[in-house]
Amino acid sequence: MAGRYRSDLNWSDVTPKADFLSRRRLMAGAGALAVGAMAGPAMATLSANGFTTDEKPNSFEEISGYNNFYEFGTGKDDPARNAAALTIDPWSVKIDGLVDKPGDYAFDDILGGVTLEERIYRFRCVEAWSMVVPWVGFELADLLNRVGVQSGAKYVAFETAVRPDEMPGISRGYLDWPYREGLRLDEAMHPLTLMATGLYDQPMPKQNGAPLRLVVPWKYGFKSIKSIVRISLLDQEPPTSWNMANRREYGFYSNVNPEVDHPRWSQASERKVGGGLFAARQPTLMFNGYEDQVAGLYTGMDLRQNF
Amino acid sequence: MALVDTLNAWHRKVPTWPFYVGFALIPLWWLYLGLTGGLGIEPIKELEHRLGELGLQVLIASLAVTPLRRFAGINLIRFRRMLGLVTFYYIALHLLVWLLLDVRILSQIWADILKRPYITVGMVGFVLLIPLAMTSNTWSIRRLGPMRWRRLHQLVYLAAVLGGLHFVLLVKGWQVEPLIYLGSILGLLMLRLRLPRVFLRA
Repeated sequence: MAGRYRSDLNWSDVTPKADFLSRRRLMAGAGALAVGAMAGPAMATLSANGFTTDEKPNSFEEISGYNNFYEFGTGKDDPARNAAALTIDPWSVKIDGLVDKPGDYAFDDILGGVTLEERIYRFRCVEAWSMVVPWVGFELADLLNRVGVQSGAKYVAFETAVRPDEMPGISRGYLDWPYREGLRLDEAMHPLTLMATGLYDQPMPKQNGAPLRLVVPWKYGFKSIKSIVRISLLDQEPPTSWNMANRREYGFYSNVNPEVDHPRWSQASERKVGGGLFAARQPTLMFNGYEDQVAGLYTGMDLRQNF
Repeated sequence: MALVDTLNAWHRKVPTWPFYVGFALIPLWWLYLGLTGGLGIEPIKELEHRLGELGLQVLIASLAVTPLRRFAGINLIRFRRMLGLVTFYYIALHLLVWLLLDVRILSQIWADILKRPYITVGMVGFVLLIPLAMTSNTWSIRRLGPMRWRRLHQLVYLAAVLGGLHFVLLVKGWQVEPLIYLGSILGLLMLRLRLPRVFLRA
């Protein structure tokens, strides 16, 4: 819910579409707020509110030039090369399942009901590389509360757009499209769970999942589904793409965990992208460094079993 | 078969040393690119992948020499030793980049070699190439005798399959490129099977 992270900005600040798409004004405010939060005595890894890391963010070019988005190809530079063809205006998200107000929500309409803010999060790919990303977005909980989650709902399922004409990877069949992801409802409602619409002072680049993507910073990157067109509230665990592709390697939870290796490689360390030819690996942190915030969600669960 | 004759005439005249020099310079050029930002955002992985893929490509070229002679009459045998040694050079550099730039953590390197199938497979493939590289000279052929030398060098078939498998096993999901490499290797090996005479006559 808006207000769990204090911000003096609201929708009235960004009413014109040109403004909220460029977000320069908003960022100035949120940036000042983040600096304030970081000026505390201890230079802890996380700022006082626990949400924004003080590590140096990767550059816009690194974040938008090196990533996975298999709908546009499997190479790390394929999304940047191919995503320009994606039509993101108009865009609507179908919200259905166990909700009070199901329907097709236009992107502008979704933005109208939320407060945008900056969150600088660590991002850890399951392939053992990582970045630090200054996202702009709103808490998923804001949207879910607005549409009214019914009492029987236990999970949230997400789907990415499928546009064979705009996404060259679709016809190559790398995965069983549409790309699907899911969260347990308490994970989805957690204040760290973000619906991102931009990064730095830019609208979300298409290759990073424009116009609307999920960011779950304590889970491996593939959980943070891009270019979302459907959100469903369900009473049971939804199928998720990488789990469908390889059940043994990619679990439903996929929490970042240095002690549980991927069957084909170690998850104990990672290399932060952008360090050049001589960059050393760094140790991977439990829950990607968000252990204090999210470990409680998994009390009593065997994380080796529920990887 | 004018083309074949031209190629074969060319084969007799062209020296091999410029190829050694050219192939040897490619990784140095890439290293320069990596140091100056020319290998993209993640230069370690890029260098590692380029060396591995070029190694497989040259290996596939060396495996093509015999089928080309047998089925197309094109004779490139003089270049085969060069292709084999260049393969070894690239795969050794690929391994060095993994050891010295990518992982660097000794305990993790050992764990990876023992526990990760794609790394185990790749390491075995590389180890098999070592005796082949060491005996890729005229003195060794004389010393071992042509029969034993040929038997020894048939190890390259196994090394090539392991190299292709290494690529297939390491990617996420269903990707075509590594399958093309493995398919080419298996195809070139199948061409070596002794076909029944019926097929050859037809």
